[in-house]
Amino acid sequence: MDFGFSQEQEMLRATARKFFENECTSTVVRQRMEEPAGVTDDFWTKLAEQGWLGLVLPEEYGGVGLGIVDLVVLMEEMGRVVMPGPFMATLLGGLAILEAGSADQKKEWLPRIANGDAKATLAWTEPSARWDAAGVAATAKPAGDGFILSGTKLFVLDAHLADVTVVVTRTAESKTAEQGLSLFLVPKGTPGFEAKLLPTMDQTRKLCEVSLRDVRVPKSALLGPKDGAWAPLSRLLERATVALCAEMCGGAQKVLEMTTEYAKIRVAFGRPIGSYQGVKHRAADMLVDVENAKSLTYYAAWAVDEQVPESALATSMAKAYASDAFRKVSAAGIQLHGGIGFTWEHDLHLYFKRAKSSEFTFGDATHHREKVAQLINL
Amino acid sequence: MDFSLSPEQDAFRERVRAWLNENIPRDWSRRVMASAEVPRAEAYQFLRDWQRKLFEAGFIGLTWPKEYGGGGLTFVEELILHEEMALAKSPQVLNILGVGMAGPTIIAYGTEEQKKRYPAKILSCEEIWCQGYSEPNAGSDLASLQTRAVKDGEYWVINGQKVWTSLAHIADRMMLLARTDTDVPKHKGITYFLLDMRLPGVTVKPLRQITGDPEFNEVFFDNVRVHESEILGGLNNGWQVGLTTLMYERLALGFGLQVRLRIALDGLIELARRMEKEGRVLTKDPIMRQKIAQLWIDTECLKYLGARAITRLLKGEIPGPEASIGKMIWVETHQKLQELAMEIEGPYSQLARGSDWAVEGGVWQYTFLRSRANSIEGGTTEVQKNIIGERILGLPKG
Repeated sequence: MDFGFSQEQEMLRATARKFFENECTSTVVRQRMEEPAGVTDDFWTKLAEQGWLGLVLPEEYGGVGLGIVDLVVLMEEMGRVVMPGPFMATLLGGLAILEAGSADQKKEWLPRIANGDAKATLAWTEPSARWDAAGVAATAKPAGDGFILSGTKLFVLDAHLADVTVVVTRTAESKTAEQGLSLFLVPKGTPGFEAKLLPTMDQTRKLCEVSLRDVRVPKSALLGPKDGAWAPLSRLLERATVALCAEMCGGAQKVLEMTTEYAKIRVAFGRPIGSYQGVKHRAADMLVDVENAKSLTYYAAWAVDEQVPESALATSMAKAYASDAFRKVSAAGIQLHGGIGFTWEHDLHLYFKRAKSSEFTFGDATHHREKVAQLINL
Repeated sequence: MDFSLSPEQDAFRERVRAWLNENIPRDWSRRVMASAEVPRAEAYQFLRDWQRKLFEAGFIGLTWPKEYGGGGLTFVEELILHEEMALAKSPQVLNILGVGMAGPTIIAYGTEEQKKRYPAKILSCEEIWCQGYSEPNAGSDLASLQTRAVKDGEYWVINGQKVWTSLAHIADRMMLLARTDTDVPKHKGITYFLLDMRLPGVTVKPLRQITGDPEFNEVFFDNVRVHESEILGGLNNGWQVGLTTLMYERLALGFGLQVRLRIALDGLIELARRMEKEGRVLTKDPIMRQKIAQLWIDTECLKYLGARAITRLLKGEIPGPEASIGKMIWVETHQKLQELAMEIEGPYSQLARGSDWAVEGGVWQYTFLRSRANSIEGGTTEVQKNIIGERILGLPKG
């Protein structure tokens, strides 16, 4: 038994930490979050050169062929710097194509994703705001030699940047919500497809409304089996959820470090505030939240990589815990910093807002606790 | 990262499982639980016999060196054993303070003679150990302890008092911290004695606790004469030796704690399946489902935390933050669990053992009350948070 990271993984962590400390400073993050794109071509190319855009994609499609445990290491480092840009969106789109696509579709898109030429995303949720099968009301109806897609997608990550959007649609009404879902590849510029950027509380995470107004796509746009999208979707959701949990752990860890350092130097009543138990004990609580979130996330990553039967349970446990933990830790960080923590100038609000957007992405703690309840046959 | 076990470890698990399946007396919990009508003495005899059985099968002291009666195995086997004991709802190890604390400390600091004399009898439960640390005026601030030991020839004469001493009423030996030098800073004048509880002048008085049970005791020393050969780790070195014991305490008891939590959680879920609230089975209540799921997550989390700690130990690294926070998480989770049990029972939670209406014979009332001590015993939560803040996060002392 070995519940630790390998030497290669520790090297990846060290490389990533140095890279982001140089390339993704607070100044950079603040510039990007004010802009619609949230990323520069230069930065995206550098991510590609590091091999990180194709980290979990197979080597035959230009990727590095690593697993979710490796991705967890990278995501933690991205979370530490609240990295903006369409990395998560492209991961989602790429995983959808990997899980559901034909050899031709994979060949068309995955190498371009890995080398940075193409960005991708996944349009799943709708105004009903549900991360499950029942939330999918958008339709795809056969028409001539293809399909016509209609509906509204909401909370779609970076759809305004995506060269290709994987759209989740309902193609058949069945006994269960899980049956009758299909995925379609919709390239940028397809008539009737419109991505509208929405103002978001977390400016480092760009969300879109995607309107599908009779979007005509050829038969070849169908990704995976018709009516059978649930299996690949649930697999990719597990993997992306674990990746997000890791990003949240990284953010929470950074907030803990910022707060601890501040508590050592900030003096009140003649003593560093960290010497007061009111501050010290809250910092200890933060550490417990961070470490627990990590333990659950690391286990989930291993479970997903090894495809053990418990992987869905492990993933839901991690997301339930990390959702609460990051929210609590980033709020405590602001509290322990006092007034300065409430300013725009200080970086804490970036983490606080990222915690909030991450909380509801892929389901919040309540959603995942109920999933845990179901999976333990409660 | 790899959670899978080696073929040898898998085989070990099979062996443990088969043995437990064959050897656990079916009705043990009824015979031993506090709610039962069986006198406590009989319960202790049962647990003594049980540990003896485990010992004879080679399942006690797995990580101890073979030359002192142990198994010479790793913490992975220890973890497997505890997991299987949990799954099989096995009785606990009675001499846990000896196995978890006294033994490893003696192996670390003892003379050859001490190492030959004590550890084997700890494992076989021939000698039960208790821990003489806390005093009425020295709890969290342990180093200010006042029990004195004064030299008289080859002997040391002990006077003073210990308190909250679990198992003292059945113990043969005590890990005793006493002050042997009053002219030096308080940490530097303490010595660790291996005390024979049957020496003249040792008086054990049961202390009735919140549950109504006398589970722990006051121990009085009135001119107790201890031979100098019973000093462990050198004169005035008791603070360092005692801290080692505490480190083992966290480590060794840690495995058992997660297991106990899991047993309690399984019991709680069964309870929730049976109880109804306003005409609905409690496991169908959405709020109850949330609370139980959170307990499940916290309990599993403790297991992974343990796995991270074991990994560090196996790699020869020093314990990281995960070792220090384990106790605290366990306490919070267990107290939350016990409170939830009361919530599940609702108005029935008011009824204790003795009532025919009491749920499950009133056992949850006992465990609920007992759980209040968890955040005090073995280092209060407040002290744990100071330790985390200062030693892990590097915050300045107050």
